Amino acid sequence: MDGWMLSGAETTAILLTIRIATVATLVSLPFAILVALALARGRFPGRSLLNGLVHLPLILPPVVTGFLLLITFGRKGPVGAFLEAHLGLVFSFRWTGAALAAAIMGFPLMVRSIRLSIEMVDRRLEQAAATLGAGRVQVFATVTLPLILPGVIAGAILGFAKAMGEFGATITFVSAIPGETQTLSAAIYAFTQVPGGDANALRLTLISVAISMAALVASEMLAGRVARRSAAA
Amino acid sequence: MTLSIAIRHRLGTLTLDAGFTVPPGVTALFGRSGSGKTSLINAVAGLLAPDAGRVSIDDTVLLDTERRLSTPIHRRRFGYVFQEPRLFPHMTVRQNLAYGQRFLPRGIVPDAPGPVVDLLGITHLLDRRPATLSGGERQRVAIGRALLSAPRALLMDEPLSALDEERKADILPYLERLCRQTRIPILYVSHALQEIALLADRVVVLEAGHMVAEGPASTILSTATLADRLGRNEAGVRIEARFAGEADGLATVRTDSGLTLRIPGLSAPPDGSVRLFVPARDVMIALDHPHGLSALNILPATLVKITPAEDGTVDLTLDCAGTQLLSRITTHSARSLGLAPGRPVHAVIKSVALTR
Repeated sequence: MDGWMLSGAETTAILLTIRIATVATLVSLPFAILVALALARGRFPGRSLLNGLVHLPLILPPVVTGFLLLITFGRKGPVGAFLEAHLGLVFSFRWTGAALAAAIMGFPLMVRSIRLSIEMVDRRLEQAAATLGAGRVQVFATVTLPLILPGVIAGAILGFAKAMGEFGATITFVSAIPGETQTLSAAIYAFTQVPGGDANALRLTLISVAISMAALVASEMLAGRVARRSAAA
Repeated sequence: MTLSIAIRHRLGTLTLDAGFTVPPGVTALFGRSGSGKTSLINAVAGLLAPDAGRVSIDDTVLLDTERRLSTPIHRRRFGYVFQEPRLFPHMTVRQNLAYGQRFLPRGIVPDAPGPVVDLLGITHLLDRRPATLSGGERQRVAIGRALLSAPRALLMDEPLSALDEERKADILPYLERLCRQTRIPILYVSHALQEIALLADRVVVLEAGHMVAEGPASTILSTATLADRLGRNEAGVRIEARFAGEADGLATVRTDSGLTLRIPGLSAPPDGSVRLFVPARDVMIALDHPHGLSALNILPATLVKITPAEDGTVDLTLDCAGTQLLSRITTHSARSLGLAPGRPVHAVIKSVALTR
């Protein structure tokens, strides 16, 4: 049944997508926690601006986000040129650029999920921890973080799923170079554009559906755990 | 170790303005709800930044608004027992108890949890999670957690108020033992006179943010002056007495002034001293010595004063052989008995709450 065997190019696309999604999720997670904390707890000017900025990728057409990334993080863009000159970090037409696009697109989902769980934390517990001698960082590490962990994991899974399926911003920003920036979605799209590519497209589609469903189910289960924990408190 | 407190803070229409010291032992901060008790204790703990104030323990100044000094909460090292237990739900009881010990400054050796755990009767709960404990058990763990953080002083904000009567009765003996054995200052906020009668060595009375009385518990609680400040069913008098013997399951106790009371179910305390609480609503008045009455304690007394109380009742201040008692009866009864100050009567005590 070689109709069900994955070709080398398909395997490459799947593994590349998983790598991009994993890097995008892990690197953006700490920032997502910080931004969620600032939005949930912070009282500072520009808070609504930050909130809007974080949500922008959710409302903008992905192509627009990709284009904005291109002119900012491209080799001639202000940030892109700076990073290349000082850190040797290049985004344009590299898998790192695909990871950046995926991270930006998944960021609002992560922040929303983490922020919700932070808002559910009973702040009186943090007060109690402070009276027991824990400083702010220690309170966060020993009380807040363990309590929001299910929300953080749920957010990470949502972000991961979003990164797995990201297409518009990625293809605009870094194109779809096989082996470098051609993700699962881009590969499916490419197959639909060639005669006789439907079977390949369908195979990759089923894999994509399976990965997304698994992520969704895991996220639902964890969200349920947050609710139960808070009730028990 | 002595905790010194002076706090001034505006709370809406109320101005909190109080200053007193808390020596080792239990000082009860007493007042109705809304009198500013919780704000005061929060200012001491650092949970509230007062407009002006100074908090120090011995020579260590923790708050001095004049010098713009305010030690952050976590460096004040005051154990705080809140109204609710506030246990960490993601930790076992054992981990909750050990929590404060992670942050002890260098040079302070953490206490072994054993004695505190025994004292509070929570040994069998150590491996359980807070969600599986009863309300009383949780609060005992919370008290243990605060104690094991090696606090310089213990602040307790109505630790029993969230519990029902039965749970309160469960936990009070533990609390009492703890208060007797601990040698740090304990500030105990409450509006329940019976708790205070049981636990307090000193009492500070707060009313609308201001201190209206302060002194040893035996002085403050044995006078009827507090009665006006108390809720409907709260008024009463604390009596300090000595154990004088036992017969037929009844103990006899005697006050210094010679008042003798008989009480069921009291065994001789180790040091012979007994604290009793006589609620005003449990003291009846008879003009003549009553006969054929089941009450154990019928005492000749002189009526000293009649003070109107709430809802058609009056408080009678009685002098029983030099000991003051308080009786709350209806205005109607007072009128039909023709009571007036100076009149000899008999006080019939329905029950004596043993507070020790």
